[in-house]
Amino acid sequence: MLELAITRRVGGFTLDVALEAASGVTAIFGPSGAGKTTLARCVAGLERPDAGQIVLDGTVLTGPGRAVPPHRRGIGYVFQEPRLFPHLDVRANLLYGAPKGTDPGAVARMLDIAPLLARRPAGLSGGEAARVALGRALLRAPKLLILDEPLAALDRRRRAAILPYLERLRDTGTPILYISHAIEEVARLATTLVLLRDGKVVAQGPVGDLLSDPEVAALLGPDQAGALIEGVVAGSEAGLLRLDTALGRLEVAGVEAPPGGKVRVRIRAEDVIVATRRPEGLSARNVLPCRIAALRGGQGPGVMLRLDAGEGRLLARLTRRSVEEMGLAEGQDVWAVLKTSGVSRMDVGR
Amino acid sequence: MIDLPPEAWEALTLSLRVSLVATLAAMPPALWVAHLLARGRFRGRWLLDALVHLPLVLPPVVTGFALLLLFSRAGPLGAVLEPLGLGLAFRWTGAALAAGIMAFPLIVRAIRLAIEAVDPKLEEAASTLGSSPFRVWRTVTLPLIAPGLLAGATLGFAKAFGEFGATITFVASIPGETRTLPAAIYAFLQVPGAEPALAGLVGIAVTVAVGAVLVSNWLAPRVAARIAGR
Repeated sequence: MLELAITRRVGGFTLDVALEAASGVTAIFGPSGAGKTTLARCVAGLERPDAGQIVLDGTVLTGPGRAVPPHRRGIGYVFQEPRLFPHLDVRANLLYGAPKGTDPGAVARMLDIAPLLARRPAGLSGGEAARVALGRALLRAPKLLILDEPLAALDRRRRAAILPYLERLRDTGTPILYISHAIEEVARLATTLVLLRDGKVVAQGPVGDLLSDPEVAALLGPDQAGALIEGVVAGSEAGLLRLDTALGRLEVAGVEAPPGGKVRVRIRAEDVIVATRRPEGLSARNVLPCRIAALRGGQGPGVMLRLDAGEGRLLARLTRRSVEEMGLAEGQDVWAVLKTSGVSRMDVGR
Repeated sequence: MIDLPPEAWEALTLSLRVSLVATLAAMPPALWVAHLLARGRFRGRWLLDALVHLPLVLPPVVTGFALLLLFSRAGPLGAVLEPLGLGLAFRWTGAALAAGIMAFPLIVRAIRLAIEAVDPKLEEAASTLGSSPFRVWRTVTLPLIAPGLLAGATLGFAKAFGEFGATITFVASIPGETRTLPAAIYAFLQVPGAEPALAGLVGIAVTVAVGAVLVSNWLAPRVAARIAGR
């Protein structure tokens, strides 16, 4: 468990945050310049906050008159660039921080880098190098693993290819602090979400709750907003995956997962259509009865709606015009319509 | 094999010994100073930088004279060292000191360039992997600058091997003790009919100098390659 309350001034920028990160993946999310990396570097001991303290598993790492150096913190750090040691082969890179006698085999297989063990870092592709960097930090057996935008240097296709490995990393149970400015990564990986903006925490809580909150959606920006739905695969046919979710049965396309497997899906607010009567003769395969739980209009032409169906929550973004013409109001029963392809491959994970 | 008179061979072996000792003795302080110049953030860094380059720009005879003032029997350092039997003036060890000082700026420069080419981000990564600052230096910095160390040592050796002005001013040219190869060439120049021996010595001096530069140039791209990981 990581608890911190720190301030750090760099030039005209002030980072002033207090947060707790329990087990699982805590995502620090915010636009660039929000102070995410400064925060991460303070936790790792690579930078010193001006004031405050950082406590990991009951041990004070940074506090008044105390600054444990980075190598004694037991914190693994994966940087934006792989930072592999060019004079060592992949095996030696993986074992660099590992306890003596560690076998890199299991981790190498988990990350699909076992065939690369004898190679030099310069001969690796960007995606391979990123996976070696993950393995190296993991084999150090850290008490906390900081992933500082480990995918930022990769193109979209490679990012999509690495995400499943990050999910495996999460499933090893190592507590992770995940720094990111990409909402789809956060939605796939995080258990807890901390929203950082201009050096301040503007929201924190369970990722599902936060992502389906219209107030938070406004902070994320309308095109980033989307609720997170967790489901169990009931089956698949004709390229469609049937999911049992809190919203009811959902069909999504373009994704493969074994029956019984857990899946999380982010449904972008822009992709949800709202109808006041049950629509008929429609090609969209997901038509869900829901109730408007919250309705939030901002300065712009859009209105964010939170739709509840049983325990499940959706976000829908409509124009102010539509909301007025349809006479939508809180507490009203409506139908949410969702195309099977309304979920991009990036937005589906374990 | 070149047919050389015994005093020429004597000068060659002495020169090899003097330059080897000079280079080996100069390496540790050169590494330290190179680190300070490449990474240090302290007041007076410019002064250290200038001081290190001094032997390169001063007339060698001035450097030799300064050494003489310091290490002669009456000099502040000589007065301490002579009674201990560690005097340097007019000894081959003095020749090594003069050669070492003249080679120092070149060695520092080569090592400094190698250190500056090491990405501090790698060292930072090593520290987050549990390495103490010393282990970071030993397992990351040192292997990456190793070819630079070799290049610096090679250049320094060549410079020490050819050193003349400071050496002859400080320790004179005593056959078998301080008459190094350049001093021997100079001595043979004064002797009529010594042209064959002279030619042989000049040939050796050129071979060592050119060989050192070739080795150094061969090593230099390997520093870059190693650091780039190619």
